[in-house]
Amino acid sequence: MTSDEGHIGLRHLLSTDGLRREQAEALLDTAASMEQALTGRAVRKLPTLRGRTVVTLFYENSTRTRVSFEVAGKWMSADTINVSASGSSVGKGESLRDTASTLAAAGADAIVVRHPASGAPHRIAGWLDRVGHSHTDGHVAVVNAGDGTHEHPTQALLDAATLRKRLGADLAGRRVAIVGDVLHSRVARSNAHLLATLGAEVTLVAPPTLLPAGVDAWPVAVTHDLDAHLTTGPDAVMMLRVQAERMHGGFFPSAREYAVRFGLNQRRADTLPDHAVVLHPGPAVRGMEIASSVADSARAAIAEQVTAGVHVRMAVLYHLLAGEDSR
Amino acid sequence: MPTRRRGGPVPNGASNAEGERELLSSADIARTVARIAHEILEKTADSGAPVVLLGLPTRGVHLAHRLAERVTAIDPDTTVAVGTLDPTLYRDDLRRQPTRPLADTDIPPAGIDDVTVVLVDDVLMSGRTVRAALDALRDHGRPRAVQLAVLVDRGHRELPIRADYVGKNVPTNRGEDVVVSLVESDGADGVAIR
Repeated sequence: MTSDEGHIGLRHLLSTDGLRREQAEALLDTAASMEQALTGRAVRKLPTLRGRTVVTLFYENSTRTRVSFEVAGKWMSADTINVSASGSSVGKGESLRDTASTLAAAGADAIVVRHPASGAPHRIAGWLDRVGHSHTDGHVAVVNAGDGTHEHPTQALLDAATLRKRLGADLAGRRVAIVGDVLHSRVARSNAHLLATLGAEVTLVAPPTLLPAGVDAWPVAVTHDLDAHLTTGPDAVMMLRVQAERMHGGFFPSAREYAVRFGLNQRRADTLPDHAVVLHPGPAVRGMEIASSVADSARAAIAEQVTAGVHVRMAVLYHLLAGEDSR
Repeated sequence: MPTRRRGGPVPNGASNAEGERELLSSADIARTVARIAHEILEKTADSGAPVVLLGLPTRGVHLAHRLAERVTAIDPDTTVAVGTLDPTLYRDDLRRQPTRPLADTDIPPAGIDDVTVVLVDDVLMSGRTVRAALDALRDHGRPRAVQLAVLVDRGHRELPIRADYVGKNVPTNRGEDVVVSLVESDGADGVAIR
């Protein structure tokens, strides 16, 4: 569980694309250690990040991601502060850049950003790196908590952490199907890159209209036929939420047809190998991409994913904020 | 890290070409572990509380297992639980160095409330690791008593901490390294200074 070199050279966590395998594995190992460190304790609190300030800056709605980051910070004794676009100066027309530098000037050591525009966290990281803000010594770490249709790296890490718990720590050679609305899914993109980096074989299963341009460049295989793919016996099936709020019509004929062709119903789930895991990043639209009976079955790891999310985010904050080089 | 532990043991010599000097041979370590096991039995006998040996990673964990084995060999009626406590998240020097990797923490399922905990480490120097471990213990429960066993006490304490069981007291210079090797992690037993 322990790697010899401590510092993994992470200043921000903006994407899984470009994350090296040893960095990803160090984060996942740390997440497992965090879980261990908190298991069966009288007091679920670590002093590790005492005096550090973590700000979550959310321009989009979220329950689990925001709560998860907040709990992760609090369990490590960081001060966590939530800023949402409604109820902040964003409503008065403040630019992203000004908001970010205000938070940095107010003493944030890390800013966790969710934004509808792909690339927004990269921009913030770039601005803050150039200016150098925090009154203590300059570096403010930026964590991407979901940017547009681009990436959601901590979701991919928590999915990998869940798979490691169910399937074993080495995911090399494991076969993972990512099913559904890949086009609008930052979860799919982050997972495809991370899982490939960890050596897993990823197959995207989606209608042609819900695959992004440039998918040929991803480290994945692509198919349009869910039933045919399930007969090949994947080790894990990751169902994506159909993102109605990002769709402006015309991606598939009807919700019913989508459910029939790409939904994970009980009949399809029954064709999976016994050990196969079903993941869903949530919030799940039951009856659409996943049947209720499957979502509530023993092979579904949806609640475990949420729990893993806290440990993974603790690991990310630990690597970004605890050591000297990260500052 | 106050003590570096790389490199193998020095075979039977006062000093080799690299300036290493042997402090404890493999046989010395076996005798020392046996003696400390006797002392633990003696010192914890009257309290009546169960004993839990908690090793501090990495080599403290190996020593804790060896001690537990010896204690059971000496007195088969004594039950000793063994666990692991990684105090990294409680260290006060995290910000002074690159991010440290974490090691396993594994507290015996029965917990540590009302037991006698013996923390086990290979080398005691500043005492900061032990302080971190004491803080970590407080979050896991409330032992009746906490004791400390170390293979080597090399001095240079920075906190008011002392060991209850010491394998060997070794006066050292700050710049020297005490290198502990154990079969479980290094292939051979030995303690050297360089």
